[in-house]
Amino acid sequence: MHQQVYGKPLVYFDNAATSQKPEAVINQIAEYYRTINSNVHRGVHYMSQQATDAFEGSRKRIQEYINAANHHEIIITKGATDSINLVANSFGRKFLDENAEVIISSLEHHANIVPWQVICEKQKAKLRVIPVTEAGTLDLKAFEQMINDKTKIVAVGHISNALGVVNPIKKIIAIAHQHNVPVMVDGAQGIVHDSIDVQAMGCDFYCFSSHKFYGPMGVGVLYGKEKWLEEMPPYQTGGEMIKSVTFEKTTYNELPFKFETGTPNVADVIGFKSAIDYIDGIGMESIKAYEDEILDYGIKKLKAIDGVKILADGAPKAGVISFLIDDIHPYDAGTIIDKFGIAVRTGNHCAQPIMDLLCIPGSIRASLAFYNTKDEIDRLAEAIITVKEMFA
Amino acid sequence: MHNFAKNDWIMSIQETATKIVNEFSLFDDWMDKYNHIIEMGKTLPMIDEKYKTDQYLISGCQSRVWVSAELAEGKVIFKADSDAVITKGIVNLLIRVFSNQAPEEIIDADMSFIDEIGLKEHLSPTRSNGLVSMIKQMKLYAVVFKTKMKEQQA
Repeated sequence: MHQQVYGKPLVYFDNAATSQKPEAVINQIAEYYRTINSNVHRGVHYMSQQATDAFEGSRKRIQEYINAANHHEIIITKGATDSINLVANSFGRKFLDENAEVIISSLEHHANIVPWQVICEKQKAKLRVIPVTEAGTLDLKAFEQMINDKTKIVAVGHISNALGVVNPIKKIIAIAHQHNVPVMVDGAQGIVHDSIDVQAMGCDFYCFSSHKFYGPMGVGVLYGKEKWLEEMPPYQTGGEMIKSVTFEKTTYNELPFKFETGTPNVADVIGFKSAIDYIDGIGMESIKAYEDEILDYGIKKLKAIDGVKILADGAPKAGVISFLIDDIHPYDAGTIIDKFGIAVRTGNHCAQPIMDLLCIPGSIRASLAFYNTKDEIDRLAEAIITVKEMFA
Repeated sequence: MHNFAKNDWIMSIQETATKIVNEFSLFDDWMDKYNHIIEMGKTLPMIDEKYKTDQYLISGCQSRVWVSAELAEGKVIFKADSDAVITKGIVNLLIRVFSNQAPEEIIDADMSFIDEIGLKEHLSPTRSNGLVSMIKQMKLYAVVFKTKMKEQQA
């Protein structure tokens, strides 16, 4: 992280895409390969036991961190996208038919749109979408009218990656549960900016990626309530997820292994535990307080520049400033901001529907982490002023 | 600033490329370089609105760019537009090199001058609207015209 780009100290404002990794995480991964690398849940030999213990230790740490009731409610996946695909496919095959409806929202990342679109098409179910208000928040009145006896599941994001809007997730869950409809929360951004207690939240599924939460890439988590996971059929098949195999009949393993086929990404799962330890060491409450402070500072600083428009301004936000500068195309602005050594994201942020609804080609997004500073915000503001001059 | 298209049309691809490299060598810092690209964006030979359809769109997620081509007296005439100014400048740079040249010349053109002007970052395959897909599309047009010309001669 302490590097220069284009001769300037790097400012990393693309944390919603992936965060940087603490030394402890990098060291843990190297340590695993140096000392206990072996396959898990298989061998009786010493190293395999060590690796299995460490792997299961990570699962328990994740369970504890998000306060899940049972460790077997924590399914290790490749990432949030993989987790959503798992639920869409497994839950979808069991519970969706031509009379069923699935509800998502307009603020979703493509990862929480496309898997539902595909399974709905396959099962001939109907996909419905919660609209957004002009303020950029979800229209809960419309949601209340939309949900009915046909609704089988509601899948919504906790925090929007494109705009940073924090959704009223508890209200959504309360409404859905009045109709006995389970709720899946895409927590890819949510886990990063707030303390998560899945039992207090009441969600039926919650998923996230390690790599956006200071952990290694290639690891994700699916939390699911036991009663749902028990009812759902396996998603992918192969080794490890089975109890017995003959050519006539295969009996599936119990939770969580029913959903974890093949050799998992052991090193990175163990590395993810180090990330959680690191974050817990600082404390999510402190992180949240600091992030809210620089977010607030950033929004005020950018708004003070003539011609800067903050998207979904006024909606409750976390970690993200999504904005436009005059009529300058985000790609033009982003190219110049990059030259200042500032990494921002431009484009539709894999959330094309919301960009279409706002009638814009995309936005410039500065997404923050606890290691960003007000000084870095000031540098972004300077870059924006140069952008304005260059394209005037 | 300049009327690039008019000055360049009689030159060969290599001559135009050298001229562009010389233009860019005048700029020491990136900001002047980009200001020059922005200027070029403003003088882009714009395509007719009717070509701004998906058929002429070079797909990508960063900015939209449309390129049209027609054959006039054995030479390919390119026109383009984009919703982003830097992209317009970059596509104009290619038009200066490729437009008014024979299909054969376009197909065989050596593009190493792009490295020399320091726009290498736009060559990265992750920049979907970068030079690579534009060059590919323009060379593809040239291939089509070359085939058509052969058929007519036959």
